[in-house]
Amino acid sequence: METTRKLIRKHSLELLYKKLSASNKVYAPVTATDKQVEYKYNPPFSDVTFDHIRSTLSVKNLVFPKVENLFIFSNSKTESSITDVNLNLLPNVVLWGSHPCDNAAFDILRSIFCWDINDEFFSKRLEKVTVIGLACHTSDDYCFCTSTGNAPNSVKGSDILLSKLSGGDYIAEFITAKGSSILASSPELFENETEEKAVIAVVNTKFSHEQVTEKLQTAFEHPFWVENSLRCIGCGACTYVCPTCACFDIQDETKGKEGRRYRSWDSCGFGLFTLHTSGHNPRHVQSQRWRQRIMHKFSYMPDRNESLGCVGCGRCSSACPVDMNISEQLEALQNI
Amino acid sequence: MSENIYKPYLMEIDNIIEETPDVRTFRLKFKNLEEAENFSFKAGQFGEYSVFGEGESTFCVASSPTRKGYIECTFRKAGRVTNALANLEIGDTVGFRGPYGNTFPIEEWEGKNLLYIAGGIALPPMRCVIWNTIDLREKYKDITILYGARTVNDLVYKHELDEWKNRPDIKLITTVDPGGQTPDWKGEIGFVPTVLEKVSPSSDNTIAILCGPPVMIKFTMPVLKKLGFQDKDIFTTLENRMKCGFGKCGRCNVGKVFVCKDGPVFSYEQILELPEEY
Amino acid sequence: MNNLISRAKELLESKTVNVVIGYEAGPTGLARPAFITDSAKADKLIYDERCVQNLAVYLTKAEVKNFGKMAIVARLPVMRSIMMLISEQQVIGDNLIILGISEDNSLLDIASISVMQGYIDKCDLGNPSKDREILAELNKMTPEEKFSWWQNQFSKCIKCYACRQACPMCYCIRCTVEVNQPQWIPVQANAHGNTEWHILRAMHLAGRCISCGECGRACPVGIPCHLLTMQLADQVWNYFHVHAGTSDKMNSVLSTYEPNDKESFII
Repeated sequence: METTRKLIRKHSLELLYKKLSASNKVYAPVTATDKQVEYKYNPPFSDVTFDHIRSTLSVKNLVFPKVENLFIFSNSKTESSITDVNLNLLPNVVLWGSHPCDNAAFDILRSIFCWDINDEFFSKRLEKVTVIGLACHTSDDYCFCTSTGNAPNSVKGSDILLSKLSGGDYIAEFITAKGSSILASSPELFENETEEKAVIAVVNTKFSHEQVTEKLQTAFEHPFWVENSLRCIGCGACTYVCPTCACFDIQDETKGKEGRRYRSWDSCGFGLFTLHTSGHNPRHVQSQRWRQRIMHKFSYMPDRNESLGCVGCGRCSSACPVDMNISEQLEALQNI
Repeated sequence: MSENIYKPYLMEIDNIIEETPDVRTFRLKFKNLEEAENFSFKAGQFGEYSVFGEGESTFCVASSPTRKGYIECTFRKAGRVTNALANLEIGDTVGFRGPYGNTFPIEEWEGKNLLYIAGGIALPPMRCVIWNTIDLREKYKDITILYGARTVNDLVYKHELDEWKNRPDIKLITTVDPGGQTPDWKGEIGFVPTVLEKVSPSSDNTIAILCGPPVMIKFTMPVLKKLGFQDKDIFTTLENRMKCGFGKCGRCNVGKVFVCKDGPVFSYEQILELPEEY
Repeated sequence: MNNLISRAKELLESKTVNVVIGYEAGPTGLARPAFITDSAKADKLIYDERCVQNLAVYLTKAEVKNFGKMAIVARLPVMRSIMMLISEQQVIGDNLIILGISEDNSLLDIASISVMQGYIDKCDLGNPSKDREILAELNKMTPEEKFSWWQNQFSKCIKCYACRQACPMCYCIRCTVEVNQPQWIPVQANAHGNTEWHILRAMHLAGRCISCGECGRACPVGIPCHLLTMQLADQVWNYFHVHAGTSDKMNSVLSTYEPNDKESFII
């Protein structure tokens, strides 16, 4: 389908931002004092970064918060009651300036949370999000979106995709009805596209994900896993910064008679993640846990969820304290 | 069921049986009659049982779907939730969500002999299907139950073992590990695989259902093979750790297979296809 | 560096050790831990200022312990960690060959644990100077300011436990945060629980932290949590005049009791 493309000047972009901020929560990336790029709600436009390569955390917490109430309960010995969280009260959120890799992750998360039975906590949050993506004009060695079927200017998951022009203005591509409605409500901010070309980062392909998936079919017992995970220290950094990792824990917390059941991020990298009450642990060493992470994303998910579990953002590699570089490992796996 | 897939039914504890010093059986009734009406499950399925404020714990439904109006569960005091459950009394409220998972293919077993083999606390996941097939007794040929525990004290469902013992249409063999017997113990003494070999049931037109600790399974499988059982005629349940129960939380998978969705019931033929991650 | 490579080759070829734990350069140019089992691959070993991770963390990991006899590239913090691990009976010194690296990146001749002790004794054992400066700034703050500074830091914590996993002294199979009867620390990452976690971690390392800074370096969201344990290392020095990791027979400062302990805190 042919999408509408319009030019938006930098100063109009600011007007658009302000207009959207008036009726929505706008979630946009800013550079913090310690150089980390983090997303904040309604930061001043002047603080919003348009030049970041990747934020420290992904934006998945918009649809899969690190802690989320499943319900509230009150409990005495014989009388208990459960109160649902009213998901209809969730605010509309405009996700501003997130890159195509992060935006592509929403579909992958949907394939986890909504296969078989629909997880409303996820799907209702996603319904409320409008994504104004930003194509990448810079990249670094950790980026490998093109190896996972994405691209620095891929429109997947965006309602509008902005691409930076060499002169500093932007092209806005309207992908979905949600995106077009923004154009319809603020036509004065947009102009017709000119000949000027967008600056798009070059991200070279490092491996073929189809070939990796194929190799993984028979790689479960391969010595690769032990050899390449000895340095993994078993923290959850890679999974927590990952835009598609969705493993979670369910816990209760009480204060007097009142309490809540919540879910919170969990990680397949943790030693106790699969520990049985009996003491038996199906994944008792780190190589098995590292294998699970790769297998899940590149073999089990293509098989079960019909989607690759990775968008090539490179966050796990850049966050890893011991340089477990995932694209390097996938490149190697392709050739085992 | 409510749209909140994490919201449990409120259940009242209707009866408690102290099976062993650390194993209890709860009979649970729905507090809401409409929920009770709409609820159904099949043998082999499991659920998430909760004590509000402590969390959830996964176990099978231990009662038969042929017994309407309640569900039962049997658990051993082991962690935070099961310890809290064990402290509850009749009339107290617990949460239950389910049923989840697949079922024993009992329709396919019609007209066959059934051989149930269970060890220790693994009788509860099998009790559901045992009673289910006993309640539909005319559909099956011989029903044999071989149940072993470490000691006489560790045998669960003692009242039902007596009932099964006294029924002419069921063959029950109980055994305890050497040294686990009491002076008046009348059952076998020996490990489950040894006793199975001694009893030597025919594999002809027979389905074997096997549940027990990994070490028991490991040594029982060769005996079953020796008796001529085929992999497709042997069934067991896998018990990986779970949180959600419906294939999202990421814990229970064995390779690409979700124990909570594709299991917990597997034929041995299916198990052999799985990577060793259970 | 050539000395290190040839020594590693020699150790592997003579089967004195089954693995050399050192550093290699990764594809982005960062140095990272490497496990060399084949002398032909010893050329990958590097040693320069990029090599910062505390390799002692691997000495207690199951799949690394499977190697049996091993050699480990060790600058001062690694040596001190090894001393602590031997003191706490997590590592047997006899199974270990220390490929000591001096401050100017040359190979040291560390033939035994007592030689290593001699080397450590001659080193500056205080906190690294850049951290000392930040701590001095923090200590100028009022308690309220300091609390709010740390609250701001802890609010970023996602409970990935990279700080714990990167620390050679955090070798417990079940950490206090994973004990749920009772649940000491909430599982979720929230301001209150994050604060509890970081304080608890620091307290468990008081008198044991050797100021390598690995926890802060490992943190993916940039919480300088190493300043907490370093501050306590300072306190331990001030109160007890002890530097952690200076002998293989260290008593734990906070959990060793003696009849003549001052008990002024008991009324």
